[in-house]
Amino acid sequence: MRRLVLIAVPYLWLLALFLVPFAIVLKISLSDTALSIPPYAPTLDFSAGWEGIRSFFAELDFDNFVWLTQDDLYWKAYLSSLSIALVSTAITLLVGYPIAYGMARAPEEWRPTLMMLVILPFWTSFLIRVYAWMGILSSEGFLNQLLLWVGIVDEPLTILNTNTAVYIGIVYTYLPFMILPIYAALDRLDGSLIEAAEDLGCSRLTAFWLVTIPLSRNGIVAGCFLVFIPALGEFVIPSLLGGSGTLMIGKVLWEEFFSNRDWPVASAVAVVLLLILVIPIVLFQRNQQKQAEADQ
Amino acid sequence: MPETVFAPWSDPDARPLIRFQNVTKRFGDFTAIHDLTLDIFEREFFALLGPSGCGKTTLMRMLAGFETPTSGRIELAGKDIVPVPPNKRAVNMMFQSYALFPHLSVWDNIAFGLRRDNMAKDAIDRRVDEMLKLTRLGRFARRKPHQISGGQRQRVALARSLAKAPKLLLLDEPLGALDAKLRQDTQFELMDIQEKTGTTFVIVTHDQEEAMTVASRIAVMDQGEVIQIATPDKIYEEPESVYVADFIGDVNLIEGRASAHGEGRFRIDWAEGQQPLIAASRLEFAAGQQCHLAIRPEKIAISAERPSDADNAVQGRVHDIAYLGNLSTYHVELPTGAIVKAQTANTRRISRRDFTWEDPVWLSWTATAGVLLAN
Amino acid sequence: MNRLSWFNTVSLTLGFAFLYIPMIILIVFSFNESKLVTVWAGFSTRWYGELMQNQAFLSAAWVTLKVAVFSSTIATVLGTMAAYVLVRGGRFMGRTLFSGMIYAPLVMPEVITGLSLLLLFIGIGLDRGVLTIVLAHTTFSMCYVSVVVSSRLVTFDRSLEEAALDLGCSPIQAFGLVTLPIIAPAVISGWLLAFTLSLDDLVIASFTSGPSSTTLPIKIFSAVRLGVSPEINALSTIMIGIVTVGVITASLVTKRASIRQRREEQEAARA
Repeated sequence: MRRLVLIAVPYLWLLALFLVPFAIVLKISLSDTALSIPPYAPTLDFSAGWEGIRSFFAELDFDNFVWLTQDDLYWKAYLSSLSIALVSTAITLLVGYPIAYGMARAPEEWRPTLMMLVILPFWTSFLIRVYAWMGILSSEGFLNQLLLWVGIVDEPLTILNTNTAVYIGIVYTYLPFMILPIYAALDRLDGSLIEAAEDLGCSRLTAFWLVTIPLSRNGIVAGCFLVFIPALGEFVIPSLLGGSGTLMIGKVLWEEFFSNRDWPVASAVAVVLLLILVIPIVLFQRNQQKQAEADQ
Repeated sequence: MPETVFAPWSDPDARPLIRFQNVTKRFGDFTAIHDLTLDIFEREFFALLGPSGCGKTTLMRMLAGFETPTSGRIELAGKDIVPVPPNKRAVNMMFQSYALFPHLSVWDNIAFGLRRDNMAKDAIDRRVDEMLKLTRLGRFARRKPHQISGGQRQRVALARSLAKAPKLLLLDEPLGALDAKLRQDTQFELMDIQEKTGTTFVIVTHDQEEAMTVASRIAVMDQGEVIQIATPDKIYEEPESVYVADFIGDVNLIEGRASAHGEGRFRIDWAEGQQPLIAASRLEFAAGQQCHLAIRPEKIAISAERPSDADNAVQGRVHDIAYLGNLSTYHVELPTGAIVKAQTANTRRISRRDFTWEDPVWLSWTATAGVLLAN
Repeated sequence: MNRLSWFNTVSLTLGFAFLYIPMIILIVFSFNESKLVTVWAGFSTRWYGELMQNQAFLSAAWVTLKVAVFSSTIATVLGTMAAYVLVRGGRFMGRTLFSGMIYAPLVMPEVITGLSLLLLFIGIGLDRGVLTIVLAHTTFSMCYVSVVVSSRLVTFDRSLEEAALDLGCSPIQAFGLVTLPIIAPAVISGWLLAFTLSLDDLVIASFTSGPSSTTLPIKIFSAVRLGVSPEINALSTIMIGIVTVGVITASLVTKRASIRQRREEQEAARA
């Protein structure tokens, strides 16, 4: 009895506030836009009984999804989101790996402090961390002032409101998600393995390539997914740092909903985004499971 | 006044404290306990002995109430306790990991169960102090579990489980986490406390020496069944099966065919061209029946000449010598290729040992030294 | 331990500079006299003063705090229950669906979570306001809480609970007297995580808030969309300051506690 209550309360909460809303999104994505409140048709009319439900299902169609393929805004936005997420994940890995490596090789007594320094930004507001770059990247911002003063450039670069700024923003805000799993993998790595490789004739670099990298692979994979998955649906970074030319699907969805008030299309955009995300999420889960099994 | 021997199991009128009746426990397809029937009497120190996975822990967890039997009945003092939840049973358990509450002091750990009974405060105080005295923990009452040593933790766990004066105390591998030396001392301490409190103890262990030392009776278990229940000496001297003989202590097993050889004696033909062996047995064996002669190494004498009066004597060559300090075990290879172990006490210094590698020797034993077992 | 090689020193220095310089610049310019955030014109706390006068920010901060306290508290209760069910519940109907629903919100894009919740609230005719934000925040942060708590519960020695039952506790007493005090640090960090997530959330709050219930991130977002402003810098500095003090204190406290525990264990082993 008690067990039932224990299971039922969180279960029902999630059903009502996670699964049902998602079913609604799915349903609205199959509806048509209408100039009414709510701005879509059909609406489910239970008072009409079975007949109402039948006619309701009869009116659902895939028009919105067809629309997504016809207007090139959408598929361009999906492709551009994928490419931005992919490129920034790669950059984050290149930036994050040396930091994680340095942390794992740092003296034992420094490591908790270094860990804390990596986690600290995670606790500070995401919005503030993105905002911080607005002041740095603007044409009269800190970075341009520095570059002009050093003499690398003659006139200020336009970085803010370009894709470059978006890359910088994603790398900056998601860096801790890349560092932590890689650090965890490297920290567990037995130092004598490297020594054994060197003893067997590897140079430092080949030992790193043949031993360290493969053994930290799970951390790398986990880190990449942890950056890639949220970056794909990112909204704040493209809307603050990106420009009018920056197409990201999270921003498109937002505008479709708030500016165009086209709920069915916004819902269809969400459904497709989720379908795209299923692949990396499943791969990520599998990686985590393999990791957990390896730990046992 | 002659002391009466404590042996309620041989008294047909004695009523057991615990009675397992045809208890079976299955986990999915796996049968952990198979149709088990077992009596445990009041004031007993009862040991469940067996290899890991034999079902001894499941048996104990059924007594504590953490598992319910799939079928069968478990009685405590005549009442079926299967439907009673663990917190309502007059049974307490000492856990293998001790399971001391890390956020509570030693004192509060011991008082934990008493508080659940809504005992008066001064009664709790008295009882906890009594327990602290019994386990010699008075100095550590205010410490937290991580601030005391392993041996002290073990005593806190014991005090905590004894505090409620249970009818039955269950001990799950209670000494498993202690080192060998501390374990021996603690075994005697456990026996002492059991005697003082008069509580019935059921101990689960895979350590046969521990079971032999502390227990009044031992149940040897294997694959969910009880193989033999007897006092430690009976288990050692009169095992009823090859499994028990082999599981407890060191044993030589000689396979052969039995045939009658006078009153209560049998002749065992065990190898071509070898003289048959003679063994006494209360069991009956048909002529030519397959049997095993189980004989302990310390019951076999080793000598250079053939002893004239021995019931059994075989010749062999010293193949290996295991020097154990107080004892030496000679591994003697017989002409058949079989190895027989013989053990002697090292009463003399090692340099004056009589035999060395490759020496021809005679092994001999009496007809009553071994046990003849059917398969 | 060997000293750091030059490569590691350089990568750590550059890495942490990258992580921290933007925030340091942000903080420095919050004390700038000038309204132009990029030109230094002398030290001043003027923007902090103006921030304190800004009613819109103050009321948004109040809404945010209310939402965060309520949602993180409910999320902690629900998340702990969910963790307990996942780790200890054994098998039950729809267990896979349940664990799926616990993990999915962690990887769900915020725009989708926000959109779907908004459509639900409209569908059932619930007026958007503090209540709807609390419901939305509770839903996604309970999943984070349950991940934090279940990772602690997995390593929890089950015999401790059995010992409590054995000594006469009802299952609820065993949870309250033994399990909860021991997993308390994980529950507290779960609460803190939920609290911070709620404080920070912009996207989901934007979808689920009404006109009367603007939260601080929504306010900040609409302000910074128009460009950089020193008032926002001042606000950010205050928020960064609170978090920094909190995180450093927490890590010092846990570090001290673990050092003490280790020392006491060593002493006990020697005795």
